[in-house]
Amino acid sequence: MTSENAPAPGSEITLRVNGKPHTLYVDHRRVLLDLLREDLGLTGAKKGCDHGQCGACTVLAGGRRLNSCLLLAVTLDGAEVTTVEGLGGDGEETHPLQRAFLDRDAFQCGYCTPGQLCSAVGMLAEAAAGHPSHVTDPAAPSGRPVALDRPEIRERMSGNLCRCGAYPGIVAAVEDVIE
Amino acid sequence: MNGFGYLRPTTLQEAAEAYAAHPGARYLAGGTNLVDLMKLGVERPAFLVDVGALPLDGIEELPNGSLRAGATVRNSDLAADPRVRDRYPALSQALLAGASGQLRNAATTGGNLLQRTRCPYFQALDKPCNKRDPGSGCGALEGVHRDHAVLGWSERCVATHPSDMAVALAALDAEVELYGTDGTRSMPVADFHRLPGEHPERDTEIRPGEIVTGVLLPAATAGMPSAYRKARDRASYAFALASVAVVLRLADGAIEHVGLAFGGLAHKPWRARRAEEALRGAAPTPAALERAVDLELAAARPLEENAYKVPLARNLALDVLGRLAPAPAVA
Ligand SMILES: Cc1cc2nc3c(=O)[nH]c(=O)nc-3n(C[C@H](O)[C@H](O)[C@H](O)COP(=O)(O)OP(=O)(O)OC[C@H]3O[C@@H](n4cnc5c(N)ncnc54)[C@H](O)[C@@H]3O)c2cc1C
Ligand code: SF4
Ligand code: FES
Ligand code: FES
Repeated sequence: MTSENAPAPGSEITLRVNGKPHTLYVDHRRVLLDLLREDLGLTGAKKGCDHGQCGACTVLAGGRRLNSCLLLAVTLDGAEVTTVEGLGGDGEETHPLQRAFLDRDAFQCGYCTPGQLCSAVGMLAEAAAGHPSHVTDPAAPSGRPVALDRPEIRERMSGNLCRCGAYPGIVAAVEDVIE
Repeated sequence: MNGFGYLRPTTLQEAAEAYAAHPGARYLAGGTNLVDLMKLGVERPAFLVDVGALPLDGIEELPNGSLRAGATVRNSDLAADPRVRDRYPALSQALLAGASGQLRNAATTGGNLLQRTRCPYFQALDKPCNKRDPGSGCGALEGVHRDHAVLGWSERCVATHPSDMAVALAALDAEVELYGTDGTRSMPVADFHRLPGEHPERDTEIRPGEIVTGVLLPAATAGMPSAYRKARDRASYAFALASVAVVLRLADGAIEHVGLAFGGLAHKPWRARRAEEALRGAAPTPAALERAVDLELAAARPLEENAYKVPLARNLALDVLGRLAPAPAVA
């Protein structure tokens, strides 16, 4: 038990978020999602379930899409993190995928959208790097970029739930940026 | 959640020493299971030893033709490795059938093997559970147990092991490699997980403080036809109700080698030794396959809510066996 006087153990870490370096002292219990939202005021990444079951908290860390609700911040010293706020670069520009989400009406309430966007960006890089999915033909040659048809997009985006059921628009928006 | 100390060592020795020096320590890998359980209060470590900076993140080919996957290799990278995809397709397929893209990017080989059961009573502190709190009873036995075991369970615990990856590893005759302060050892993955018996609090044969350093995929099953099939409540991002991994090679129209393992049916990946024995040397006729699978599943003792798992597992096994060993043409 932590007594009331003794501070909970923590460590100083430095991480870059959307290109900006931040040095902070973090309680070891801090997960990246709470660090982003509470300590840095970046409220784009959302807390849906807090247990890895919905994908609303998805961000890119070290270039990979991850559930920030299950990532202890202390493990990320030196890491490069990109949130939905940073997808378009430093300016006010929108990422092509954000544009496509608008064009395709790929959301209703928008709560899942930041996670969907970060997840899709990570997913496109995985497919380009030749990562197979559950629906990829096992006989397809290893190590080559995987062409993304609708079943591939749906399977690869299955870690992002949308309570409003905007799935058809989400799949269409992802298809738009592939073409 | 209580506070805890944290260390990210770079050598195995430092890691094992840190674990030994801190009562209530746990190893942390991707955190996708451990951090979840810490939020639920099921795990309350006083200290975390992060294995993320240990030199265990490679997939290397050994001179004898086997392949070693380090404990901290991410599930997504292991599934995508061309050598794994080409030589051990069941392993790649099993990994890709598990969790989500995001989770597989964090989850590691070691953490996947050691993930805890998804039994809802185990995850709820206000419910009895012998695995979490030995002697408190098994909430699932008389409660909700649609997802629970049909093979090898005990009155103490009817939980299943949730890993897809481990089922493929068991069928492929893979070994798990361990490092401890007493030295290194290895054992077949099929023997690593335990049946619950009197001690459901022990999931595996790992000793306190031991580190999983990797899994060894043997040369013997490299390149053999293999496949994984999983049944779940939705098409993706759900645990197995039942699953099957099969490794099978024919020679002169007869089954020369077969490894068959079930997931979702027991407290461990269930290696179907009886079925394998019945199949070895046999021609893969539909009748022979059915007889062998039925022989194995005759040992099933379904609970009130999960009898569906027996025909489900049977159909999965017959489908995959039939695909890997097409029935001989009728002369
Ligand atoms: C929503 C959700 C859905 C999921 N669906 C599936 C699914 O369909 N199929 C499936 O198979 N899995 C599924 N998973 C589980 C997932 O695969 C595991 O959580 C993951 O593999 C655990 O790996 P990790 O590296 O994150 O382990 P951690 O959470 O870091 O650790 C897990 C355990 O292993 C121990 N440990 C880790 N590494 C070592 C080591 N090297 N030596 C000794 N001990 C170690 C830790 O102390 C801890 O007890 C799901 C998880 C979630 C949250
Ligand atoms: S099945 Fe096992 S894990 Fe689930 S409540 Fe019973 S003892 Fe606990
Ligand atoms: S909030 Fe992280 S997955 Fe739901
Ligand atoms: S738009 Fe509402 S949850 Fe997806």
